[in-house]
Amino acid sequence: MSILVYIEHAEGAIKKTSLEAVSYAKELAALEGQDVVAVALGTIEESALGQAGTAGASKVLHVNDEKLNAGVIQAHADAVAQAFEKVGAQTLVLAKSSLGDAVAARLSVKLDAGLVSNVVALPETNGGYKVKRSIYTGKAFAFSEITTDRKILAVKKNAVGLKTDGDAASVEALEVNLPESDFVAKITATDKATGEISLPEADIIVSGGRGLKGPENWNLIEDLAKAMGAATGCSKPVSDSGWRPHHEHVGQTGVKVAPSLYVAVGISGAIQHLAGVNASKYIVVINKDPEAPFFKAADYGIVGDAFEILPKLTEAVKALK
Amino acid sequence: MKILVCITHVPDTTSKIQFTENNTQFDKTGVQFIIGPYDDYALARAVELRDQTGGSLTVLNVGEAETEPTLRKALAIGADEAVRINAFPSDSLFVANQIAHYAKEGNYDLILMGRESIDFNGGMVHGMVAEMLGVPSVSPVMKLEIEGETVKMAREIEGGKEYLEAKLPLVAGCQEPIAEWKIPNMRGIMSARTKPLNVVEAVNDKTATKTVSYELPPTKGAVKLIDKDNVEELVKLLQNEAKVL
Repeated sequence: MSILVYIEHAEGAIKKTSLEAVSYAKELAALEGQDVVAVALGTIEESALGQAGTAGASKVLHVNDEKLNAGVIQAHADAVAQAFEKVGAQTLVLAKSSLGDAVAARLSVKLDAGLVSNVVALPETNGGYKVKRSIYTGKAFAFSEITTDRKILAVKKNAVGLKTDGDAASVEALEVNLPESDFVAKITATDKATGEISLPEADIIVSGGRGLKGPENWNLIEDLAKAMGAATGCSKPVSDSGWRPHHEHVGQTGVKVAPSLYVAVGISGAIQHLAGVNASKYIVVINKDPEAPFFKAADYGIVGDAFEILPKLTEAVKALK
Repeated sequence: MKILVCITHVPDTTSKIQFTENNTQFDKTGVQFIIGPYDDYALARAVELRDQTGGSLTVLNVGEAETEPTLRKALAIGADEAVRINAFPSDSLFVANQIAHYAKEGNYDLILMGRESIDFNGGMVHGMVAEMLGVPSVSPVMKLEIEGETVKMAREIEGGKEYLEAKLPLVAGCQEPIAEWKIPNMRGIMSARTKPLNVVEAVNDKTATKTVSYELPPTKGAVKLIDKDNVEELVKLLQNEAKVL
């Protein structure tokens, strides 16, 4: 039997979070004596799809239909459901994401499969199927038992690690039947920041808050981010003031992130901001107020003026590379 | 237009999360419960749409009697009537089944809710409800306008926005900046007392998951402070100790 993995792709490559989902599925498959088959929808090169093999898939099913390029949720759910039945899978794994969540919810009803999201570890299968997931925006974990035969696991980014020691996978075309009603919700335009590192996918993030005093000083954040190969983020007051676009707002009601390193500059650390970053592996806080609550959540901290520290830090990082 | 807004009853964002009974129950001691913050955005937008287009706005929660103050607050914000489906919301599928059943009977044009609850963060209920009703679902929606039968939306995607159009009926999971949160005023609070709050019984008890226990993350060690005149030290620590550079 196979475990099916729904993989997302962007700009000609499989998303890292989806490769993590494949890696996770491979470990799960090894426990259950199964193999891993991935399914990809829309236009992407075969060679790029083969990359799923390095993370552990033996085969990739490809529905090469440009109508599936944009995230048409109902069509994606229908196509994945057909792949699931074709493979004879009992388990579907995918990465937690905007699209992944929406597709997984519909699939859960379609396939009559118990769904657990924000999964952070392999399931315990001794007398049940118990899955550890992150809850209360990272402030706690729950162990949830899936009681249906079919199961869907949506894996949280950076929670399970990525291993890419396999070989390229074979790619097989898959035909699916999609009714017109799947395309009732139409995407009319996309407004995507190109060339930037996507915030939810980033491994390092440099974020600025009101301590930067105005949008004209954002070059200090951007310079450090560039030196570190990082994405840039901001606090809620910054995006509310229009200094930065909304999609850079990190926090409970903005983007929740889980990078290896989160650098917070001039952000005091309101609880809503912390809720969006507490899954980061390491947190660095730079703030001139030694009482800023963010220092309590930080691994490393510098008390001082961002305008003095940022240029020096950028130079020090550049010197390293 | 008939609008249904589904809200969650969740601990305030600033609540300290603790568990009792050998980590099997959430500890409600000293915890204040609120309308889920994302649901608050959905409700605020629904009030605006109802005011623009006319029709009715019903707010719904799947919960036990303790959630009624949360529903009353939603009435004070501007919903016309409230419904409590009298059951413990045991998992997403159970909640979605209740909402879908109620919505089918009521023939709603637009069903709004938050993109996710802030307790279990699953973000699944809107998609499940839409699938059960056989209508489109879009999430996370940050802009929603109605023009006749057409719904025009902007949805957040990784690193940007997607603009979409769909026909009613539709289910949307909402987030900011779809509308500004509304704070109940005295008139709203007074009128909420006389608006109907109907209690209906749950329709079936189908679940797919069961939460058996909880765990808190390990406590964080103290921050390592570095002198502001020695930023090279920070870079060394990030490279050699944390191994993230």
